[in-house]
Amino acid sequence: MMPTDQPWDAELARARLHVVTGKGGTGKTTVATSLALALATGGKRVLLVEVEGRQGIAQLFDIPPLPYAEEHVAAAAGEGEVRALAVDTEAAMLEYLDMFYNLGFAGRTLRRMGAIEFATTLAPGLRDVILTGKVKETVTRTEARGRHLYDHVVLDAPPTGRIVPFLDVTRALSDLAKVGPVRGHSDGVINLVHSQDTRVHLVTLLEEMPVTETLEAIRDLDAADLRPGAVILNRVRPPRLPARSISSAADGRVDKNRIRDGLSSAGLDLRLEELEGLVEETVEHAVRVDAEARARARLDGTDLPVLELPELTEGVDVAALYELAEALNAQGAGGSRVS
Amino acid sequence: MDIDRLIDDRDTKVIVCCGSGGVGKTTTAAAIAVRAAERGRKTVVLTIDPARRLAQALGLAELGNHPRPVQIEGFDPKGELAAMMLDMRRTFDDMVLAHATKERADEILANPFYQTISANFSGTQEYMAMEKLGQLAHTGQWDLIVVDTPPSRSALDFLDAPQRLSTVLDGRVLKLLAGPARAGGSGLRKIVAGGFGIFAKAVSTIIGGQLLTDASTFVQAFDSIFGGFRERAKKTYELLRSPGTAFLVVATPEPDALREATFFVERLATERMPLAGLVVNRTHPLLTELAQPRAIAAAEHLEELGRAPLAAAVLRLHADRAALAHKEERLLARFAKAHPGIATIGVPALAGDVHDLDGLREIGLRLVGV
Ligand SMILES: Nc1ncnc2c1ncn2[C@@H]1O[C@H](COP(=O)(O)OP(=O)(O)O)[C@@H](O)[C@H]1O
Ligand SMILES: Nc1ncnc2c1ncn2[C@@H]1O[C@H](COP(=O)(O)OP(=O)(O)O)[C@@H](O)[C@H]1O
Ligand SMILES: [Mg+2]
Ligand SMILES: [Mg+2]
Repeated sequence: MMPTDQPWDAELARARLHVVTGKGGTGKTTVATSLALALATGGKRVLLVEVEGRQGIAQLFDIPPLPYAEEHVAAAAGEGEVRALAVDTEAAMLEYLDMFYNLGFAGRTLRRMGAIEFATTLAPGLRDVILTGKVKETVTRTEARGRHLYDHVVLDAPPTGRIVPFLDVTRALSDLAKVGPVRGHSDGVINLVHSQDTRVHLVTLLEEMPVTETLEAIRDLDAADLRPGAVILNRVRPPRLPARSISSAADGRVDKNRIRDGLSSAGLDLRLEELEGLVEETVEHAVRVDAEARARARLDGTDLPVLELPELTEGVDVAALYELAEALNAQGAGGSRVS
Repeated sequence: MDIDRLIDDRDTKVIVCCGSGGVGKTTTAAAIAVRAAERGRKTVVLTIDPARRLAQALGLAELGNHPRPVQIEGFDPKGELAAMMLDMRRTFDDMVLAHATKERADEILANPFYQTISANFSGTQEYMAMEKLGQLAHTGQWDLIVVDTPPSRSALDFLDAPQRLSTVLDGRVLKLLAGPARAGGSGLRKIVAGGFGIFAKAVSTIIGGQLLTDASTFVQAFDSIFGGFRERAKKTYELLRSPGTAFLVVATPEPDALREATFFVERLATERMPLAGLVVNRTHPLLTELAQPRAIAAAEHLEELGRAPLAAAVLRLHADRAALAHKEERLLARFAKAHPGIATIGVPALAGDVHDLDGLREIGLRLVGV
């Protein structure tokens, strides 16, 4: 599937809460951060939120661990700004309980004793209610004149396997509070995550397992009446061989003599073993490209917009994040679009 | 590091493959076990989360919670190979059954809180992997045990999680949650208990009082057998520290995986646990020496002339691979500099994934540098 010019369509542009999920290690944090930068381009204020307690954002920007506060982490072109919030579950839990009960300073002691970790372990849904509650608060927060403080909130979310239970607090609540303040608070979250304002983007590599998880997640999101947004293919590498020779090359059928003649016409006369090494590299390349094509074909059926980000061989540093953000801009996400 | 020397050494009793998620722990453990069996060791491999196709190939899919001989066509090892896949819930149940009276055990197993902990608590899988390793070692039935570790994000979890679970089962927090009054005592503790009373109330409003009641019942029932649990965990820890154990830290040549490997290596040192070396899995070494700039220059030349498109494409893909290979070498050189003296082996990536005996044998060959 070739991406159309601007896969990031008007529907996606309208969303304010961008949830970024994917199989572990596919690049959720990298993509969420690049997306935040892309959306901030042109003078927007964007909040990037992480909820897994890993300090992934700080690592990416190579800064000290983020406190539980909304901190400026990057500027975007046209006076845009990205702030980041690393939600500390335990602090958020105390903040939350404090809304209903006066814990006083016992809260700190409880925390030290591991009681809070324990309570959230007992009822895993509780943690998700609290985290999504915090996210909702940032999305809906307004300034003095009633304007939203953040134009967009990008959430570096839990991996595909946990995304639906995480967002679908309705389900979590069925074994939690049925009435009272907690319930009322949660209704707001439910409304937000099921609304037009929220999109769940799926980051994947062109490999079998991540694609399988992506397809499963899309199915689960649909079933839970949550809205899948874009599929973001990360770490895409250029295929070098012409498409028609991939499958035979993957089977080991590579025309060694033709390569040798071609090379020597460019002035490269390789020894036989060097030539054989090249052929072997070619076969391995073809096997990979072939597997990638199959992975792409499986994603074809989803009908979701597909964006692509290139593999950055030199690794991901701050400059690379801007590079990825530009690639997203070029595909319609933030920046160029007038809203 | 010479893997053959390690597995041929009769004094090597346990090999633990650890590392962060997805780096190839399960694959490495299985490949080493196959190789050890074929070289004559009486081997058992404890896998935790084999990819589906690998599990099928080893016949693990329909196994119970105990090792069974691996029977595959064309596999006729000089030694023996048994394999199992950890079933954490059953391992936990077995532990309870082994250490409590029948009546008590039934009570525990039926408790909803027990069911939550044994299925969900982060750390249960690690704890049960340790427990199973202890059991396998205890039987004395095998002379080499190869252990895979759970798929947690952080390699350290394997060592830390049992302690976390232990803290919960120890019941201090639970006792407070379920009955703050009993935990009262000195002034400070009263304040804490007071805060806890509110907290317990808050928590029970949210998660429901029933769960807390179950938890409390569970802790009381569990109290009597907890000592035995802890004793065994301690023994397994000692086993891990003994000279017959060899830790292999597995990583891919990527910054995150190597960072995790660093943490783990340092931790092993402080725990005085024996590190055999680092396995760098899925490397992409160059298969031909042609230098990257020359390849690019020649490709450009051909592209300009519009000639020999196949040769030009091959040169391009070689240049890409060279960039990757150089990046991997740089990362590994940095690791080596920070950790001098750690033996390292690179295992070049197979073109496809590893899901059958031939694949495992091939990984085995690559582990010994063939
Ligand atoms: N486009 C890319 N090019 C190169 N490396 C990437 C790219 N995207 C992610 N990575 C690398 O992949 C690893 C995992 O990315 P990360 O964003 O931490 O994933 P996740 O949050 O899903 O675990 C990191 O080392 C990161 O630098
Ligand atoms: N050297 C290798 N070459 C190619 N594929 C590999 C290699 N090592 C592992 N794999 C594949 O990578 C995936 C993850 O490996 P696995 O052993 O399950 O990792 P872990 O147990 O660390 O999570 C599997 O699909 C496996 O087949
Ligand atoms: Mg992440
Ligand atoms: Mg595994």
